[in-house]
Amino acid sequence: MNVILIALIALGAIGLIGSLLLYLVAKQFYVYEDPRVGQVEELLPGANCGGCGFPGCHGMADACVKAKDATNSLGTLFCPVGGNDVMANVASTLGLEAGSAEPKLAVVRCNGNICARPKVAVFDGAKSCAVAAATFSGETGCAFGCVGLGDCVKSCQFDAIHMNVETGLPEVDETKCVACGACAKACPKFVIEIRKKSSMKSPTPKRVWVSCVNKDKGAVARKACASACIGCGKCQKVCKFEAITVENNVAFIDNEKCKACGMCVSECPTGAIHATEPVMIVVEKLKAKKAADAAKAKEEAAKKAAEAQAAPAAEAVPSDAKAEPTEVKAEPSAKKTAE
Amino acid sequence: MKTFKLGGVHPAANKLSAGAPIEVAAVPAMVAIPMAQNLGAPSKAIVAKGDKVKVGTVIGEPGGFLSSYVHSSVSGTVDKVDVVEDATGKKVPAVFIKVEGDEWEESINRTKEIVRDIKLDKQQIIDKVKEMGIVGMGGATFPTQVKLTPPPTAKPECVIINAVECEPYLTSDHSLMLAHPEEICIGVQILEKAMGVNKAYIGIEANKPDAIELMRKTVAAGYPEIEVVPLQLKYPQGGEKQLINAVIGREVPSGGLPIATGALVQNVGTAFAVYEAVQKNKPLIERIVTVTGKSVAKPSNFLARLGVPIADLIAAAGGLPEDTGKVISGGPMMGKAMPDTNSYMVKGCSGILVMKNEEARRREAGPCIKCAKCVHACPMGLQPNFLSRYSELNMLAEAEEERIYDCIECGSCQFSCPANRPLLDWIRQGKPKVMGILRQRAADAKAKADAEKAAKEAAAAK
Amino acid sequence: MLNVSLSPHVHSGNSTQKCMLQVLIGLCPALLWSFYQFGSGAVIVTLASVAFCVLFEFLITRFLLKTPSTLGDLSAIVTGVLLAFNVPSNLPIWIIAIGALVAIGVGKMAFGGLGCNIFNPALVGRVFLLIAYPVQMTTWPTQAGYADVETGATPLALIGQYINGVANVQLPEIMDCLVGQTGGSLGEVSACALILGGIYMLVRKTITWHIPVAILVSAFVFAFLFFGFDATIAVEELLCGGMMLGAIFMATDYVSSPMNNRSQLIYGCCIGFLTIVIRRYGAYPEGMSFAILIMNAFTPLLNKYVKPTRFGVVKK
Repeated sequence: MNVILIALIALGAIGLIGSLLLYLVAKQFYVYEDPRVGQVEELLPGANCGGCGFPGCHGMADACVKAKDATNSLGTLFCPVGGNDVMANVASTLGLEAGSAEPKLAVVRCNGNICARPKVAVFDGAKSCAVAAATFSGETGCAFGCVGLGDCVKSCQFDAIHMNVETGLPEVDETKCVACGACAKACPKFVIEIRKKSSMKSPTPKRVWVSCVNKDKGAVARKACASACIGCGKCQKVCKFEAITVENNVAFIDNEKCKACGMCVSECPTGAIHATEPVMIVVEKLKAKKAADAAKAKEEAAKKAAEAQAAPAAEAVPSDAKAEPTEVKAEPSAKKTAE
Repeated sequence: MKTFKLGGVHPAANKLSAGAPIEVAAVPAMVAIPMAQNLGAPSKAIVAKGDKVKVGTVIGEPGGFLSSYVHSSVSGTVDKVDVVEDATGKKVPAVFIKVEGDEWEESINRTKEIVRDIKLDKQQIIDKVKEMGIVGMGGATFPTQVKLTPPPTAKPECVIINAVECEPYLTSDHSLMLAHPEEICIGVQILEKAMGVNKAYIGIEANKPDAIELMRKTVAAGYPEIEVVPLQLKYPQGGEKQLINAVIGREVPSGGLPIATGALVQNVGTAFAVYEAVQKNKPLIERIVTVTGKSVAKPSNFLARLGVPIADLIAAAGGLPEDTGKVISGGPMMGKAMPDTNSYMVKGCSGILVMKNEEARRREAGPCIKCAKCVHACPMGLQPNFLSRYSELNMLAEAEEERIYDCIECGSCQFSCPANRPLLDWIRQGKPKVMGILRQRAADAKAKADAEKAAKEAAAAK
Repeated sequence: MLNVSLSPHVHSGNSTQKCMLQVLIGLCPALLWSFYQFGSGAVIVTLASVAFCVLFEFLITRFLLKTPSTLGDLSAIVTGVLLAFNVPSNLPIWIIAIGALVAIGVGKMAFGGLGCNIFNPALVGRVFLLIAYPVQMTTWPTQAGYADVETGATPLALIGQYINGVANVQLPEIMDCLVGQTGGSLGEVSACALILGGIYMLVRKTITWHIPVAILVSAFVFAFLFFGFDATIAVEELLCGGMMLGAIFMATDYVSSPMNNRSQLIYGCCIGFLTIVIRRYGAYPEGMSFAILIMNAFTPLLNKYVKPTRFGVVKK
């Protein structure tokens, strides 16, 4: 009996002292936090990727609440992972109107694959782009392009970017990329850019970008890499929307202005301008038309040269040429409807 | 024999070109003089295409406080102002000069006579050093005039001449001492005068007994305030902090300037350049460079003009061997590997080292076995294994706690790592990031203090 | 094409394999002595232990982890020899196999292989066997041979009995302990041979003096204090049992020991102290293995809080 009593008292006393301690500590170190922060944080994806510019989802939630109190709007705060849906939920929780932002994703602006960009030296240090970039100009003649050691792959928390073994360049998985920007930050050469997923409203993303950041003069760039942007400015001339600027020997497409017409892609002499599949279909047609035009011009020249001779013109050419204009016309009209 | 107190390693010396006489390298038909030849801001080219220049004509002006003048090393016509690759393949602006004859500026004293009398006073010496484009010749290329004007709080006591040459292979300082001992001593005296001190030490590692003896003899003949200090063989004795520690036993405080110990360290090559600048009015247009390597046919010491193609120098030493795996600008411990041999001689290039294929490749890195050899090798008392790990994982707060900012990047840790881990590769990633944080913090603290001070003054005014 | 990397461009030529080889060479004198002292038993136990350690490491890397083999770094062989050194020379082979499995499997590979383990693998194996098979692990042969050999008390047991006032107990001869003509685990008996190996490793800079000296000094001091201020006993405490083996080969294990001079000194002193406390007041006559394992657990802490002497940092 005595033993049980002692045990009970002892355990009870320990429990009491412990709870008292816990209570006092909790009281002493209590930090008030706006309950809304917790509510907002619950809505956020919890990836803690830092894509919003804050250290984690808690920081973002805190910032949202503060923004609401200070300006009564969420301003530019945006969770790239959750996207518009999550931000709408956050806004409604805080009693605000939902804004919207267009979906974005990471775009690799280098197409200097192993064939186009021959190696001139071998890097033999720690396997990291950052270390390689700090060591020297690069394994190839291009000092601006992708280093190819995969710092971006390591930085991605969403398994959305992978090295393509054949090209030696990273590739972004569109379905997984949330545009958190971690890869863009990790890239020591600033090759990766966060761009709008699609320049146009379209079921499949329409996106055109210059896949090169080489600032060397045209000849130097070309020598280092067969698919470098040489800053020739042809794309700038052909663009009807003033979306392209050429600065420091490299073109840049403003994706706010770009209408994804594909003209620049077909014009680029080195193939440095890349586009997504739906744009490329148009581009193929543009190119075919161009080739046909060239063939026609050649033929006409040949005709003039040999006027006396009758022209047994190939029938395929006119039919192609006919098909082209309709397609090109279809494009602007589609844009109009989109606008 | 004296040496520094912490860490250090013993790489094989391989001084293949020791004893080779100084040969004057041929002047090519065209030189390209890079404008980024010093630590700090690059110089600004002040000549244009078609300008006629002589040897010693100023072609580049300082681009900032921490910057220096660049002079033409040849006479001829400026061909173009373009970019060239520096030792790491990065593009830097450079002046291309087509060589025509060898006409020197009249103000330069080209005679061989030794001018012993120092006529200039303290400030004139510093101005002359600046005007003649002198930078630290050990490889760091710190503008010398800046180093000769320490903050007013510093109390200089002595000059320490760095003739250690602890880098394996390199012999440029060694051959310079053998060729021009007296000029070096006068250069030291000039440096003493510029600093207002009357004591100098010349630290030489014990593997150069002929240089130690010759310098001692020269000093005994009329430079009583200079002391030749033989030093025990150990890398990195030529590091500024290690040298001060070895010679006068003091430690440069962490984060402080070396002058806080009362010592001004200058490379022996700088002392010679200062002599030529002050006594002979000769700008820094040439330097001694060692071209060496186990596979090089004729390891040599060349007196080469700035802007000479590196490839020419290698050719003069017997050409680039077939099995070359690496070409290094500088020594094997701290030099920079070059992606190709298309770069040009600069003020800081003390050696060109050619390595064979089998020497050049790093062995594959294994897991860290925590043997602590890096800790024992570190001359700064750091723990490189942790620093490397923290840098790799971007754990900057921890790296700061481990004093990554004290790292002198000597490479002793990586040299001694049995697992061949690229320790210094990673430490070099973390160090500038932590330094940036520290600078930002200091700037913030200063801004805050200033704001408080201003607020106080405003309150007082009211 | 030229190679490009950051400096340094040269390397000392040292490698993990070479370090381990130095340790193996350092172990040789003691191994040879054990062959002399315990004859076929020592040979069988050592070979079995090394073979099982290598086998288990191979099997684990090959079939469990599916990573390239790590046998080339020789660390499995070192673990095997050290495990053998820590067991009696008449231990059945199946027990050795279990010990090797625990040492390599639990002590090393479970943590991620070489460089990642917290505890000295050989000691993990040894302590596991000591607790699981106390009878076999504490029956000490006193003569050469494997099966059916005469067994007797170890000098440590004798000292223990002597200090506790058991009648008719003589202290062991210092000379016997020094040379190794006593009973005990097969590698620990000859202090002389172990010291010889230790000096070799010191000369080849495989280890530094800090840990062994700290252990021996602190063990001597505390033995003197705890064993009745008798210098003879204090010296015998150093020479007998696993003290020398532990101080020179087990506590200096790279992976599980701290990394700078100061923390190594603290680590060594604590091991010396704990060993003597366990020997004097614990249930086991031997305390070295436990002391080292306990301090292994403190190594990360020592690494975190004890910093080396910094250059240019003045103490305030």
